[in-house]
Order: sequence, then structure tokens, then C-alpha cells
Amino acid sequence: MTPETTAASAGLAVCHACDLVSRLGRDVHAAHCPRCGASVHLRKPGSIARSWALLITAAVLYVPANVLPIMHTGSLFGAQSDTILSGIVYLWHAGSWDLAVIVFVASIVVPLAKLIALAFLLVSVQRRSTWQPMQRAKLYRAVEFVGKWSMLDVYVVALLATLVHFQSLATITAGTGAVAFGAVVVTTMFAAMAFDPRLIWDPVSEARARRA
Amino acid sequence: MPPGGVARCRRCAATLYRRPKHGVDHTLAWLLAAAALFLIANAFPLVSLDIGGQQTSATLHGAARALHDQGMTVVALLVVGTTIAAPGLGIAAMLYLLLPLWFGRSAPGSMSLARLVQSASPWGMLEVFMLGIIVALVKLAHLASVVPGVGLWAYAALMFAFIAAARSYDSHRIWARLTSIGGATT
Repeated sequence: MTPETTAASAGLAVCHACDLVSRLGRDVHAAHCPRCGASVHLRKPGSIARSWALLITAAVLYVPANVLPIMHTGSLFGAQSDTILSGIVYLWHAGSWDLAVIVFVASIVVPLAKLIALAFLLVSVQRRSTWQPMQRAKLYRAVEFVGKWSMLDVYVVALLATLVHFQSLATITAGTGAVAFGAVVVTTMFAAMAFDPRLIWDPVSEARARRA
Repeated sequence: MPPGGVARCRRCAATLYRRPKHGVDHTLAWLLAAAALFLIANAFPLVSLDIGGQQTSATLHGAARALHDQGMTVVALLVVGTTIAAPGLGIAAMLYLLLPLWFGRSAPGSMSLARLVQSASPWGMLEVFMLGIIVALVKLAHLASVVPGVGLWAYAALMFAFIAAARSYDSHRIWARLTSIGGATT
């Protein structure tokens, strides 16, 4: 690839609200979009700090989300509490191994992979790494794309808790784990939004400029 | 750029902008369909359960109320926000923007609404909820007879109509039109 001219090096910035490209004035920190009035900046302000804060919150919440029960079942045969993992085991034994795999991926693999991937991206950006920027950019896009699918279990619990309330036979209620789990999904989505993927490329451009 | 064309980043090959194949007419048609389906999906039960004559049924807002009654207000808000508020507001805001534009005008507050449409879009989770319904039904199938309701079919159709509307919604051209018409208040 040839050394490229970027909009930033030409003094241009894109508005995150309406996508209009405008020329930045002398005071880079007080720029506003001439079309829609949103504040304009070359990089999301405080991106790394915000992303870390949200990511650490999510990592802490990940523990109660998996340990606490997300659902209580009361029936003639006794009471039972289910965590996310035991719900998956139940699906597996009930013969729906395909759905068990889907729920396992959406509820356990995706949140954990998101936490690890975002932490890795943040560390690599802070160390101003120039290693495999393209792969890291793709990793970020994958994190953004899968984000909302982890909400699956929250919806399942919501529906079960609504449908199953036959006084004497069986009653299902939502457990505290569901709150923590929903919070993990939301905070990791915010963490991914706070991260500015252009930071991946900044050290790469600098290294190229130094070589040229 | 030709209709259906895609602009990609020269550096990381991410899609910067995809020009929809069809114009505003197309988006409006899908939006009107989505609005009608949205009302049906919310008014009628999604599924009903039957155990030996005892029946229960779940609507979307009913699910939220049940969670609230169990002290899970936060989860209830999350469900309402992602399955009712985000898609509902999205449909309403896009209609409010596009209907006047179709007549060559712009409604007051169009610019802030155009921003709202863009920031609300990641929070609409219709397709995830749909998968959630399927998983819940499989879990219940052995326990009771499960009867899909009108709301469920409407919800499934709404999912497709909403995705089609969102895909054909051309934010670049809408921003350009809003500016050229002028008079639009931020």
C-alpha cells in the first residue's frame, strides 16, 4: 500500500451525527458541524478511558451474571433455580442440542469473547502497536456486530416468566442474575461504541511517515 | 455513486456508505407496512400456553409488566427499550422525516430526529427477540401445548419490514435533502 493522505492530515473531520465532512478551524477542540450542530472531533474524546471504564464494569458484572440464578421455577415437584449454564444443560438434555449450542454461543462465548477482544484492542492501542492493524480492525467490527445477540437469554427469561404462572402446577419468575446479565450486554455495547477504531491506525500512519 | 454502490475505506476496507437501490418511495412503503405490523404485533398475544384447560398468554407489554411485578423493573425496561421503544420510535421518526420530504418539505425538528434515528438503530433488537421466542417455545413444548398467536406472525413480518426499511433508508441523501430544502430547525 502506498502512503495515504488521510482526511485528518488535511485538516478535515467527519461529523459522527450526520457524516458531513468539514474543515476544522484553528481551535480543534471547540468545533461544531456546520450542518447539524453536533460537536466535531478527529477522534472520539476520552475514547480509551471511557471504553476501559465500561469494560471493567462489564467484567465485574459478568461474575454475578453467571453465578446468580436468572430464573426460578416452582412446581408440584419442588423448586428449582437456573443459572445461564444450567439452562443450556437443560436444553441439551431435552434433546434440542441445536438450540443449546445457539444459546451457549450467544450467552457464554459472545460476552466473554467481547470482553477479551475489547481488552486486547485497548491494550494494543495504548501500546501504540503496529501489529496487524487490518486484523484488529476486523476484530472490532466483529465485536460491534455480535453485541446485541447476547440479549437472547434475557428475552427467553422474560417470556417464560410471563407465560408460566399456573398457580398450583408451575410458576417461573426471573432471578437477579438476569439483571446482571442484561447489564453486561448493555455495558459491553457502550464500551464498543466508546472505542474509536481509528486509533488502531494512528501508530501505523506515524510509522509510515517516519520511514518516508 | 450508482444505486446499490458501496463506498469502502481505502485503509481498512470497512463499508463507509451503501447507496440503496431504491429511493424514498421504497423506504416509505416499507415503513408504512412496518407501522401497521408494529401495532398488530403489540396489540395481540405472541403465544398462548394451555395446561389442562388453564390458559396463559403473553403480549410484549404484558411480558414487561410481569417482569416489573416480579421486582425486575430494570429487565422490564431493557425489554421495552429494545423491542418496543427503539423500533417504534425508529419507525415513527423515519415516517415523520420522510413523509414531508416526499412532498418536498421538511417538518420542524427534522435534523434532531435524523440524529435520533441514527443513534437509536443499534438498540433495536427485533431479530434477537424473535430467536428468544423460538428458544422459549422449545423449552415449553414438553410442558404444555403452545399456541402461536396473531402477534407472533405480525412480529415475524415486522422484523423483515423493519430491516428492509432500515436498509433502504439513505441517511446521506436525507441529510442533503434536509439542507437543500432549508428552513429545517435543529
